[in-house]
Amino acid sequence: MSDFSVIGKSIAMVDAAGKTTGAGKYTDDFSMPGMLVGKILHSPYPHALIKRIDLSKAKALEGVVAIVTGADAPNQYGILPVGHDETALAVEKVRYIGDNVACVAAVSEEIAERALELIEVEYEPLPAYFDPEESMKAETDLIHENRPHNIEKDYHHVFGDPEQGFAEADYVHEARYIANEVTHAAMEPHSTLASFEIDPHTGKQGRLTVWSSTQVPYYLQHKLSLVLELPMSQIRVIKPLVGGGFGGKSEINPLEIIAAVAARAANAPVKVTYTREEVFWAHRGRPRTIIDLKTGVKNDGRVTSVACKVVQDGGAYCSYGVVTILYSGALLGALYDIPNIRYDGYRVLTNKPACGAMRGHGTVNVRFAFESQMDEICANLNLDPAEMRRVNLLKPPTVTVNGLRVLSYGLPECIEQVVRRSGWNDRKGRMPKGRGLGVACSHYVSGAANSIIRSDMPHSTVNIKIDRDGGVVVYTGASEIGQGSDTMVAQIVAEVLGCDISRVKVIAADTDLTPIDLGSYSSRVTFMSGNAALQAAEDVKKNILSAAAKRMNCAPEDVIMRNDRVLRRGTTMSEGSSTWSDSSSGKDAASGHVDGQILRGSVLQTRKEEGPRDHMSFEEAVVSAIDFHGGLTGTGSYAPPAAARGGKQKGGGVGPSPAYSYSAQVADVSVDEETGEVTVHKIWAAHDCGRALNPVAVEGQVIGSVWMGLGQALQEEMVWKDGLLMNPGMLEYRSPSSTESPDIECIIVESIDPEGPFGAKEAGEGSLAATIPAISNAIYDAVGVRLRESPFTPERILAALRAKKGMKRIEMTESVDPTAPQKLREHGGSLWFRGKGPMRHPLDPARQGAKAGGER
Amino acid sequence: MKKELIALRVNHRAYELAVEPNKLLLDVLRQDLGLTGSKQACDDSSCGACTVQVDGIPMLSCTMLAASCEGQEITTVEGVADHGALTALQKAYGDFGGSQCGFCTPGFMMTVRWLLANNPDPSEDEIRDALSSNLCRCTGYTQMYQAVRAAIEAEQKGSKRELVGAK
Repeated sequence: MSDFSVIGKSIAMVDAAGKTTGAGKYTDDFSMPGMLVGKILHSPYPHALIKRIDLSKAKALEGVVAIVTGADAPNQYGILPVGHDETALAVEKVRYIGDNVACVAAVSEEIAERALELIEVEYEPLPAYFDPEESMKAETDLIHENRPHNIEKDYHHVFGDPEQGFAEADYVHEARYIANEVTHAAMEPHSTLASFEIDPHTGKQGRLTVWSSTQVPYYLQHKLSLVLELPMSQIRVIKPLVGGGFGGKSEINPLEIIAAVAARAANAPVKVTYTREEVFWAHRGRPRTIIDLKTGVKNDGRVTSVACKVVQDGGAYCSYGVVTILYSGALLGALYDIPNIRYDGYRVLTNKPACGAMRGHGTVNVRFAFESQMDEICANLNLDPAEMRRVNLLKPPTVTVNGLRVLSYGLPECIEQVVRRSGWNDRKGRMPKGRGLGVACSHYVSGAANSIIRSDMPHSTVNIKIDRDGGVVVYTGASEIGQGSDTMVAQIVAEVLGCDISRVKVIAADTDLTPIDLGSYSSRVTFMSGNAALQAAEDVKKNILSAAAKRMNCAPEDVIMRNDRVLRRGTTMSEGSSTWSDSSSGKDAASGHVDGQILRGSVLQTRKEEGPRDHMSFEEAVVSAIDFHGGLTGTGSYAPPAAARGGKQKGGGVGPSPAYSYSAQVADVSVDEETGEVTVHKIWAAHDCGRALNPVAVEGQVIGSVWMGLGQALQEEMVWKDGLLMNPGMLEYRSPSSTESPDIECIIVESIDPEGPFGAKEAGEGSLAATIPAISNAIYDAVGVRLRESPFTPERILAALRAKKGMKRIEMTESVDPTAPQKLREHGGSLWFRGKGPMRHPLDPARQGAKAGGER
Repeated sequence: MKKELIALRVNHRAYELAVEPNKLLLDVLRQDLGLTGSKQACDDSSCGACTVQVDGIPMLSCTMLAASCEGQEITTVEGVADHGALTALQKAYGDFGGSQCGFCTPGFMMTVRWLLANNPDPSEDEIRDALSSNLCRCTGYTQMYQAVRAAIEAEQKGSKRELVGAK
């Protein structure tokens, strides 16, 4: 089918009106009778033993209902089965400034905050580790006792023959790249409301209902079950609207468990909402990554071998770390044809908030290094950077040297598009001084082919119920977080059933109602939930067709559902027309719009007398099917095919995906050599999303990704000083405003994936990674300095310009705002904590080291 | 702190409320009046998600005392819809992808509403300048400009229906 009636057309998201009128509800918008406010006490030390907690004064405060500590819920959990190293609240030890120590549930926020100040905690500070390369040398005072040298995980992969590849190379380039830490900073601060019901049979506390700002309601249900020792069937997780995730809500954040633990102790509903400062401390963002990269090429630019060593500063807990470090290596493949790869990845623990998954999970920083290095090679070998990318293209269908299967591959057209639209061939190298163009490419998975918790269960399941009113209710566990997943599911179902999209009501992400779905992460929803929705719709359609065929005296294959009508193939009415010559048919007594006749079933009686028909309304067909089958439901599920699940090597489960998206970008920038300031004039971004089911949403995802990449490239950075975050606020973190955001032109490339729903692949993440190197390469083109550390702040650019001229480096502010906080909670958010700030153990390497800001 | 009685006018309705003198306007709107459209996102007046209009001027309700707004007309995002229908701006934000996760959208609605009330035909730069008081993490703002321009066109044509299916 080449022409579609619903998909491929830009439509507003099904929940758009709730967002523009304020009627849409996010977790913090809910309240319940008798609800208490939960506030969390955080550690002021980066690494310390908890010697004693005295709650007596706090508990005596009027209005305090319950206070919980680590002892109330000591079971360990973590998003990965190999990384169960977290507890809801610290047990015996805190591991970063901001770690969770206690939670007060009180009748008001003000009382809860006062109670926090009355909690007395005695700590014994331990030496703390802030730099991953230092941390890897640790012998004592380990962050987790079962992780020698503070290494969470290391992987050493060899594919092909890297040494032979380097021997064959005409030229080998080697450099170190550093990408500093960034965070999601979704507009909605995390929030959780937890409430227990009394069980009618036992008379005791029974089922738990949790409303939470999460991308993964089913994982939350699972982890709550582990920590609270409740069966999963006794836990209902509901995901209301989520105000942005970007990966920050793709695992279990401490407050989600803490709220439930507090509600259990208080015997009352408890809501915990992070302040903005707490959101920064909760973090789970993209780790600071040190990349030592070596690439061998032939004189024509063909890559013969790549060796890559990656060290990630993972923070104090595993989080998604093992997956992050694997993605960093695995996605060296599947973009270009690289015959030989050596990868050494180290995920290291430090005494800072845990890093986790962030948009472009694991690939972004390594892609920055790789695409920058390609540009350096081009400069040295006098090659055109766009041409070098062309000579290294894959020839799909293929399986890469590290076991990734590539079917659809729109990268060649992406490159073509951005080269043409940016005027690359005419403008590159001919621009005025201080202005330049840079190109880079990237790719990303459309969902992981292997789930986090290894099992054979489908990754997505969708159920459909259609009733006599002609309403189509779709039940999906897919989590709408603003990317448009509800709309995507509605579009696919409406397309398959040939009905108006206004008939389709999506019930999503409620563990009591919707079938299990792994959640919204790794860009899996369109591909996996979309395929499940497609299959469910086909399933229910089968029954409608067979009933309609009986009424039409034809075979089911000859019945077509389209434009909200059901008709026999070859009917005179032109297919694809939305207006029907039989104008009465939409309004006749059989259509279901009149006086509830559909419910009385009189339609069939009337119609039988009329004899066979060649067309009928959607409702009529539905009623026929229900009368014939006794009900009308459909179900569909999706599990990635075995061929897409990757190699057998240890860690080979991460990276494989049923399909990859592709992106190519050109950035047009100018650099002020006096101030070091970079202005991005325009970015052309071509993205291969397979098929654009909703083009306006695809453009929104691509532009949003590029924009977030731009933030990481130029200004966003988590600045640390002895484990204390210097910039925990939206302005201090420098999220770009509209006046700092350039024009971004999105070009959609459709490669029509053979396995995607209607050929669709991911759109929400793959473009981010190309933006950072495209800008870095453009800066080199503009002023001839190579920025190997992101973000490319004026300080770093000036330093590079001065170094190029042989001048001395000027130490300015080291990116640190002079008004930055000296202690926890001094800055931003509620100013309730009057802690004394981080104390250092005498043996603390940060105290002994010269660079770490001296004693306090 | 002891509560005091204050009188507020919100979305053309009069309310008499007992609130602490130090209670913020945002908290009164969200907690006392159940108007949860205005959002708390940054706590320190840096993001604009809590923007409401006070006598037509966009103000950050997260850093204003409710008691200071007595005698003024407060408009929240809930008061924007046009007799139960979307305004041209609200419709355009949906159609052109100006809103993704939607958490910042109520604030943008109030800011852009003020812009268009005071400058019915703003230039590209004027739109950018006006929007810079609010932060968004999803859209990169590009589709918001398209939405604002589409809303202006719809208003100029004098019919909000024009915008339906324009894309």
